[in-house]
Amino acid sequence: MTSEPIVHVRGARRRYGTFEAVRGVDLDVHRGELVALLGTNGAGKTSFVELVEGLAPSDGGTVRVLGHDPYRERRQIVGSLGIMLQSAGFSGDLTVIETARTWAGTLSRSRPVDVVLDAVNLVHRADVRVASLSGGEKRRLDLALATMGDPEVLFLDEPTTGLDPESRRATWRLVQGLLAAGTTVLLTTHYLEEAEELADRIAIMQAGRIVRSGSVADIVAAEPARVELVVRNAAGRPVVPTVGDLPSLEGVVGVPEIDRVGRLRLRTTSLQDDLFTLLQWADARQLRLDDLDARSASLEQAFLAMDGAGSGAHTDDTTEVAA
Amino acid sequence: MTTTTSTTPPRAAAGPATTRNGLRRVGVLARAELRLLVRNRTALFNALALPPLTMALFTAAGGVGDAADDVVGPVLLNVLTLMSLTFVVYYNLTVAYVARREELVLKRYLVGESSRAEILAGAAVPAVVVALAQAVLGVVAVSVFLEPPAFVNPLLMVLAVVGGSVMLTALAAATSGLSRTVESAQLTTLPLLFVALPFAGIFGGPGSSSGVFDTISTFTPLRPITDLMMLGASGIDGDGQALTFVETLAAARVPLGVLIVWTFVGVLAARRWMRWEPRR
Repeated sequence: MTSEPIVHVRGARRRYGTFEAVRGVDLDVHRGELVALLGTNGAGKTSFVELVEGLAPSDGGTVRVLGHDPYRERRQIVGSLGIMLQSAGFSGDLTVIETARTWAGTLSRSRPVDVVLDAVNLVHRADVRVASLSGGEKRRLDLALATMGDPEVLFLDEPTTGLDPESRRATWRLVQGLLAAGTTVLLTTHYLEEAEELADRIAIMQAGRIVRSGSVADIVAAEPARVELVVRNAAGRPVVPTVGDLPSLEGVVGVPEIDRVGRLRLRTTSLQDDLFTLLQWADARQLRLDDLDARSASLEQAFLAMDGAGSGAHTDDTTEVAA
Repeated sequence: MTTTTSTTPPRAAAGPATTRNGLRRVGVLARAELRLLVRNRTALFNALALPPLTMALFTAAGGVGDAADDVVGPVLLNVLTLMSLTFVVYYNLTVAYVARREELVLKRYLVGESSRAEILAGAAVPAVVVALAQAVLGVVAVSVFLEPPAFVNPLLMVLAVVGGSVMLTALAAATSGLSRTVESAQLTTLPLLFVALPFAGIFGGPGSSSGVFDTISTFTPLRPITDLMMLGASGIDGDGQALTFVETLAAARVPLGVLIVWTFVGVLAARRWMRWEPRR
């Protein structure tokens, strides 16, 4: 149990009839780490996570959790797993505490039920029938059940979908507490903020493949910065320069866009140098750069850029590989 | 959080304690299911009132016919048992499995430590307990109010109730897979309730039916329950012969075989059709 990853996946595939939802995924999650799997709806996140959770057999490749095949050797590891599905239900006629006690009773080892309910702030709702809970409260009860057994590995499939901002932050604190105690977590989300807040590493999934992975900083660093401005003359009238009018910019990616009112958009890998060049160029010609907005890439931007590349890839596999 | 180290080795599999843990899980799931049964008035009425009411109606309608006095008790006992096995175990359980599946509860239990068999058994226990309790109360009632039956072979009576419960639990699991909603379970359960029940041998005491109808009905799923109950309670076989304990064992071979075959069919059908989450 030294350097072997807790979750180890190579070339995992999953098919539904002729449709292949997971198309050769590699992923490692190490002990005590939180890896966030990002992707748009339909990217294959849940289909993939179900392979790792051992709920479905993989149609190819290798899937190992705690050194075991999670589907065929599920019995051996299930006591160490905590699973929060995207959609699992409750019997509406049971109360919160009855639901929690029933679940705790099925576990080989359980934390005290009241402690777990307290952690998700549901103690005051303990005697309420589950049917009367709000969507957010049900999601928190879901999380309580997933963490009830003090799991070594926790799978969270969109844990904060439908939660209000306060509950979302409370959930993050809870997950951070589990991480601090050594729990290993694989989380799917489509909230980029959530991934930035919690994840040691991020894997971005698209059309059944992981198209990029690394730390937030790594992924953002690979994405060019953006500069946006409107060129006006000294009298404040818009000037519409052509691309040829612009100075030579070292790090520019692609061709700068200029629209009819003179709004210029460009992407660059050397923000500081190119911005300096632009400012000098404007100064020498007595131009004003209105609405000047220069910013480093965000995770959101990196994600959207990939999604743009990905939507073309649905029809053409080769571009996706390039992305 | 009580865990402070980050180097805990993976927990060992349960090993020899597996069976005990399995029983504990079935018990926990059964308790939750019992609560749900108590809180669902329709299901509770089906479970508690329907079988005794049917028995009363059967008597009032002259269903016992001209059966000899010492057979009246066993006949009524058999009606009660069949009703509680078909309505409490088969019908209610089919509905319960569909309801748990549609509300995504089966899916939740499936991701936990419980096996499929444990989840199915947990839901079945309250129904089976109610059926058993009704059979016991029925035995007491016919012994007190009627000429006490001979109870030649109580073992066969137990086998009828327990074996019938297992068979009908498996058939309920299979039927639930063919029912999209709780409402459609009212239709999917009809074949067993209204086709198999007339073949169960309730109408007319032993010896009164013969010929092709009787031969066919011998192999229908509910008939062995009647045969075993009548053999066990009255010691009288299909030809009206009074048998000894040992002779009832020999006479029970065919109905027991039929019961086992139908249980096997039920398990296969459940494996084939039972679904654990709603169809998307």
